[in-house]
Amino acid sequence: MQYLLLIYANEAEMAGRTASAIASMTAEYTDFTKGIIKAGQFKAGDRLKPTSSATTVRVRNGQMAATDGPFAETREQLGGYYLIEAKNLDEAIAIAARIPGAKHGSIEVRPVWPPEA
Amino acid sequence: MNVSVADRALEEVFRREAGRVLATLIRLLGDFDSAEEARQEAFAAAVEQWAAAGVPANPCAWLIQAGRNKAIDRIRRDVVFRTKILDREIASAEADADAVPEEMGDTTFGDDRLRLIFTCCHPALNGEAHVALTLREVCGLTTQAVARAFLVSEETMAQRLVRAKKKIRDAGIPYETPEPAVFNQRIHGVLAVVYGVFTEGYAVTTGTRLVDAELCGEAIRLGRLLDELLPVNAAVLGLLALMLLHDARRPARVSPDGDVILLEDQDRTLWNQAKIAEGLVLVDRALSIPGQLSPYAVQAAIAALHVRARKKEDTDWPQIVGLYEVLLRLQPSPVVELNHAVAVSMVDGAARALDLVDSLAARGQVSEYHLLHAARGQFLQQLGRPLEAREAYRSALRLATLEPERRLLKARIEGLSCGDRA
Repeated sequence: MQYLLLIYANEAEMAGRTASAIASMTAEYTDFTKGIIKAGQFKAGDRLKPTSSATTVRVRNGQMAATDGPFAETREQLGGYYLIEAKNLDEAIAIAARIPGAKHGSIEVRPVWPPEA
Repeated sequence: MNVSVADRALEEVFRREAGRVLATLIRLLGDFDSAEEARQEAFAAAVEQWAAAGVPANPCAWLIQAGRNKAIDRIRRDVVFRTKILDREIASAEADADAVPEEMGDTTFGDDRLRLIFTCCHPALNGEAHVALTLREVCGLTTQAVARAFLVSEETMAQRLVRAKKKIRDAGIPYETPEPAVFNQRIHGVLAVVYGVFTEGYAVTTGTRLVDAELCGEAIRLGRLLDELLPVNAAVLGLLALMLLHDARRPARVSPDGDVILLEDQDRTLWNQAKIAEGLVLVDRALSIPGQLSPYAVQAAIAALHVRARKKEDTDWPQIVGLYEVLLRLQPSPVVELNHAVAVSMVDGAARALDLVDSLAARGQVSEYHLLHAARGQFLQQLGRPLEAREAYRSALRLATLEPERRLLKARIEGLSCGDRA
């Protein structure tokens, strides 16, 4: 099964980190990503620019509206994701728990619908 | 054998085997709903065939085999409308089905039942789903019975079960016992569900009933099952002991009018001696496992000291205070602090206990907890401060939801001699 692991964190806290904290977290992410690539579990993964750069788009009655920022204000914001292949939810949870961001933010584990046969 | 006797014997076999049959069918068929349907068909087939041929030597294996065959028949019927891939599925299902009888020993059944328990109590499901699934799928209670126990409509409970099974399927929750790395954590999750079922039965949180014996009985059955299926585990033994020792006192806990009878006022001759004897042996076993000190075992040891006292005056309160102090180190919580304070009042008097409770209240964690106010009321009453005691009892009364507890608090308030009328 494929799972999307959505990495949420508090952007304000992230922005306030020291240079050495940023460097060590980047190193941890590199190690983690290499690990799941080697294990054949990695499908895709990216870090996202902050929500201050986000635009929300809606189409209502044929009218498009693009507005600044994310849809809802929350304490934690989506900051990145991995798409992984895992045997089942337990394996996906174990992988999610190894994401460096899980130590301060949270990871939402979402199963992906398989493509229609 | 006349028909009604045969029916009753069948019902008993079904009730006893329902959980085991379902647990193995889920593994073989890979899906809760197909397994339930297959089990239903197997029971129907058994009613017909066993009446003529008698109950087979291994009814569980017979029922699984029959359920499995019915499921294969159903796939075969559906195949007309589907692709050739299913031919291969049927072939492999039939090959597996042939292999079923040899592998159907007690170990297989046990492994499948553990898979079922861990799946029903998976942390990715919510607390309501844990309890509903465990009672329905592991214990084999009807949806109606589970709904009644939790004071919701049958329809609400049925929806809850459907949602939970959909989550298991959609999220890919495995039908497996957990990996060693998370095994202990997951066991504690399972035990929390079992204890939740027990406490819901023992101290129903709302409404007019005080005790639901059926829920207590199911929780104890689950505890025994876990003890039987898992390697020796202090937490499992401790929880089973704790439940038995509490349940032993159940007959003395409620008056014929449905009123609460507190431990100190209970008729100790009504306590169930068989459960006490079993519980005491289990406590000793739980406490003697080196390197494993479980909070459940410590709570059971406290319950053991209560039931060992023939008269309330014989209760070993200093040792109970000591055990609560151990428990506060292992698993600190406001409820444990409150119980510790009550035990301290029996050893050092109400003044010290009141200090402990006031310090707990000052930290603001439990101001909505009615038993805290009830305990304060009792200490104040013992210290000869009836006006303050009445205030405390009134606060407790505002927060208590269970009718028998409310009656007890009202009786306490009426029993105070306050000198004035308010």
